[in-house]
Amino acid sequence: MSGFLAALRKDLLLQWRTRAQFVAVFVFGASALLLFSFAIGPDAAALRQHSAGFLWLAMLLSSTLALADSFESEVQQRALEGLLLLPADARALYYGKALANVLQLTVLGVGLVPVMVVLYDAFTARVPALLAVIVLGAAGLSAPGTLYAAMTAQMRARNTLLPLLLFPLVVPALLAAVKSTSLLILGDPMGQLTSWVALLVAFDAVYWSLCGLVFERVVED
Amino acid sequence: MTSAVQTIGLSRRYGRRWALADVSLELPAGSVTMLAGRNGSGKSTLLRVLATALRPDHGEARVLGHDVRHAREAVRRKVALLAHQSFLYEALTARENLEVAASFLGRSAEALSLLARVGLETRADDPVASFSAGMRKRLSLARVLLQQAELVLLDEPYGELDPPGFALLDGVIGELRQRGATVLMATHLIDRGRLLCDRALLLEEGRLVWSGPAREMPAEAPGGSAPA
Repeated sequence: MSGFLAALRKDLLLQWRTRAQFVAVFVFGASALLLFSFAIGPDAAALRQHSAGFLWLAMLLSSTLALADSFESEVQQRALEGLLLLPADARALYYGKALANVLQLTVLGVGLVPVMVVLYDAFTARVPALLAVIVLGAAGLSAPGTLYAAMTAQMRARNTLLPLLLFPLVVPALLAAVKSTSLLILGDPMGQLTSWVALLVAFDAVYWSLCGLVFERVVED
Repeated sequence: MTSAVQTIGLSRRYGRRWALADVSLELPAGSVTMLAGRNGSGKSTLLRVLATALRPDHGEARVLGHDVRHAREAVRRKVALLAHQSFLYEALTARENLEVAASFLGRSAEALSLLARVGLETRADDPVASFSAGMRKRLSLARVLLQQAELVLLDEPYGELDPPGFALLDGVIGELRQRGATVLMATHLIDRGRLLCDRALLLEEGRLVWSGPAREMPAEAPGGSAPA
């Protein structure tokens, strides 16, 4: 537990020190939302209809930048290897970084919601429920994303490889997050929200368990 | 005298090239040993295998009684490596880097006293990104001291240091010897190594070609240079 807390503290500190990069990631996400609105055109109903999908696409695209950044400082001077040689527990390092990435992606998602509301007129009064979906969706992106960012961090083609590996894997989480958000914005007359949130929770549970086990093999070999 | 390090037929390759080939050696506990050889002779690979940063392809290596292949965590608890890469976070300050390492070791940081020991106390709160190569080396040395390891592996520790840094490092090696730690130091500074070390090893193309008392190490050994 102390190793996990040390890793979490280290990653939050690194995120704070490199917050200018996070601002750039947020601007990228907001720009993506703006560009998606151009693709639909001035059709207010269609914009509102697709707002949840665009929000999560912007999150997905931005998350690859944020996740890749989170390993930049680990490989620059082989800092991660230095921690493993102390020795630090690989699983503690993984969960510390994955949780720090969840927090960062949650802040990103929460920051993008007002942009979505302004651009798509997609408002929901169920703010706590939307926040919960954003946290669960961020966790769904972060668990495999942190693992793949570690795998690709030292590769020359990492900027291409990370999305190539991540995007197909997170389709169930993305689908569940989009449907849940959409139901919160457009209404849920059939009571489907619980099922989609359950899928998101199941996805998170599977990947948070699996990726923690695999991470040691990835960073040691 | 017990052995701190014992290797038998240790080999490691990168692709098809053998960086270490059939290296068998023994380092007595508490000894200070110089590891010499040309660039690419396998010095860094040997240190990284002993530190468990790399797995050997063949052979055995025992560090302080533990097998580097099967007891990595036990080895890591007793070994500190000063490598070419600093293992530091560029975005964090010198103090924060030591505090991060200390938190994983479960120790109180003593960051300021360690930074004072390596002459960086006035730069404690500056980010490592603003440090020169020599300052990074000093901070890495402070990180090694923080580990209080029984086996200290130094990979070209004099590189990038200024003359006061040389004196600092000489003093640190003396302190490590006094507290009974075993030191294995890869260096091209043969004359300096002969003064500081008890024993010497010479690698050529991954093979151990000479070992003996450091004072008998030929000054013209391949990869060696004169400045002391």
